[in-house]
Amino acid sequence: MQPAAVIQLDGVAKWFGPNPGLTDLDLRVPEGRITVLLGPNGAGKTTAIRMITGAFRPDAGSVRVFGVDPDEDGDDVRRRCGVVSAKPSLYDRLSGWDNLRYSAELHGLGSGAHVDERIRAAADRFGIREALDQQVGGYSTGMKTRLALARSVLHEPELLLYDEPTSGLDPESSHAVLELVREMTADGTTVVMCTHLLHEAQGLADQVVVMQDGTDVVSGAPGELARRFWPHDVVRIGAEDPAGLDLLARVPGVVAYERRDGVAEVRLDDLARVPDLVAALTGAGVRITRVEPHEPSLEQLYFAIRQGAGRSRLGAVEGSTV
Amino acid sequence: MVATRSPRRGLQWDQLRTVARTDLKQLAQARDYWIPMLILGGIFFVLVPTVLLLSLTRIGSVDAVAQLSQALEILPERAQAQIQGDSEPARAAYALAVYLFAPVAVVVPITISTAVGAATIVGERERGTGEFLAHSPAGIREIFYGKLAASLLPGYLTTIVGFGVYSLIVNTIVGPDVGGWFFPTPQWWVLMLWVVPPFLALTLALVLRLSARVKSTAAAQQSSALVSLPLIMIAYSQATGSLYGGDALAWYVGAAAWVLAAVALWRGVRSVTRARLLGVADEQ
Repeated sequence: MQPAAVIQLDGVAKWFGPNPGLTDLDLRVPEGRITVLLGPNGAGKTTAIRMITGAFRPDAGSVRVFGVDPDEDGDDVRRRCGVVSAKPSLYDRLSGWDNLRYSAELHGLGSGAHVDERIRAAADRFGIREALDQQVGGYSTGMKTRLALARSVLHEPELLLYDEPTSGLDPESSHAVLELVREMTADGTTVVMCTHLLHEAQGLADQVVVMQDGTDVVSGAPGELARRFWPHDVVRIGAEDPAGLDLLARVPGVVAYERRDGVAEVRLDDLARVPDLVAALTGAGVRITRVEPHEPSLEQLYFAIRQGAGRSRLGAVEGSTV
Repeated sequence: MVATRSPRRGLQWDQLRTVARTDLKQLAQARDYWIPMLILGGIFFVLVPTVLLLSLTRIGSVDAVAQLSQALEILPERAQAQIQGDSEPARAAYALAVYLFAPVAVVVPITISTAVGAATIVGERERGTGEFLAHSPAGIREIFYGKLAASLLPGYLTTIVGFGVYSLIVNTIVGPDVGGWFFPTPQWWVLMLWVVPPFLALTLALVLRLSARVKSTAAAQQSSALVSLPLIMIAYSQATGSLYGGDALAWYVGAAAWVLAAVALWRGVRSVTRARLLGVADEQ
């Protein structure tokens, strides 16, 4: 059974004067999963986030978040969301503590010992507690991002919306942030993350939505999308004499064969055929140096999708089981 | 996941106070804001009155007393009748303290609050913090009125404190010559508590509206000056008139200003949108 949709956007369009922000966006975000919006700059990822919180009103289409329209019940939707934007949006003249307290009070947590405890816990979680008394203007970029992340979870939101949260961070800090994002789904929180960095989405996303020109080009679980673009299993095989690999083209079960840079890329109708390939090669006296199943990376998938989008819109993967 | 739909809410005072308090806290951290504020208050409420009143009562500047006495003749008879003091210098000092410094009570708060208010919304946008507010559960009304309060309070508080100091100075310098402490007069109380606040609110409602619409703080400061200068002149004339005229006049002027301020505040809220906090001006 599919998880309930926390976010449901249908045919959403948004124009800024003559410029399209979103043209026809369909988006379904299942509960308790990580959905990654992938796309180049200007694809509409940030506009989609702003539409979800009700900061923008759609010109066409419908937006439902937690089952309600954020344009009408925006305050309630926003109370249940934690947002981190590409720039941390922190008050430089205030201390880290005051920034967190401001957010806590706006989210209706009130003030007092219980809120102080929450602030300390959130700061601990993101390794920023020691700096809480300092003015944020003196923070490094990494510290600001950590503080923004701590602020986003302070009120224990059900939905986290992260717009390029690793923007401007060094690789180590980026990795730490992504680990934290992964951790946060452990307690059932739904995460929507925008990025144009494919390696960030790799291994993190339960669902990928590729966007371009304000619309969703394709969406689904990474594995499903890979299956859609590469329906056959791929195995890469190397040998001391690469020419000897060419006999694989005639082995039953091989759908396609290509040799490039001394390595054969073989598409099979079933991965169970691999022992047959090895037997055929060894039987012909070919000395094998490597046999490895190949899983396409998200990067390959992304570019395949983008190339496909240039020809035609693919549409969402039917029966997504993310 | 539970779908909820809440009924329309009234003003969320907690959020309003939070927005105002946070803005004030930032202001307190900004010396470049409050030092000029103190200097302005000090010049108008302390330095200028002290120098002028001392020159009249202690130094006994004959020319100044003569000129001032001439000027007093154009005051309404009712105002002239209220001037106290046995000697010409004492009467001149009394008139100066009670009638001629009225504009100070208007110029100082409007100038300070306009400077703060002009940057308040466009500043959120420029610093990128508008994104946080736009995605927060804070209502637009709470943000607008919270920011208005945070802009109004520094100017009004400076004026109230300055007014207290001014009262002490006036009573100390002029009091002995006119039979004791005489300031504030009843008209000044009405001016400070009934006439000045609505003019301040009216000005700020317009300034915040501009702050929400312009693209930069510099543009907001420029436009605000265009709005605040005529308002200062109107407030100046009305404040002066309410001192010269009868008690009822001051109440009427204040009431009219309150009505205008209420309309401006009500309409001003509409100028703030989440899209504008995000820096998107031309949302359809």
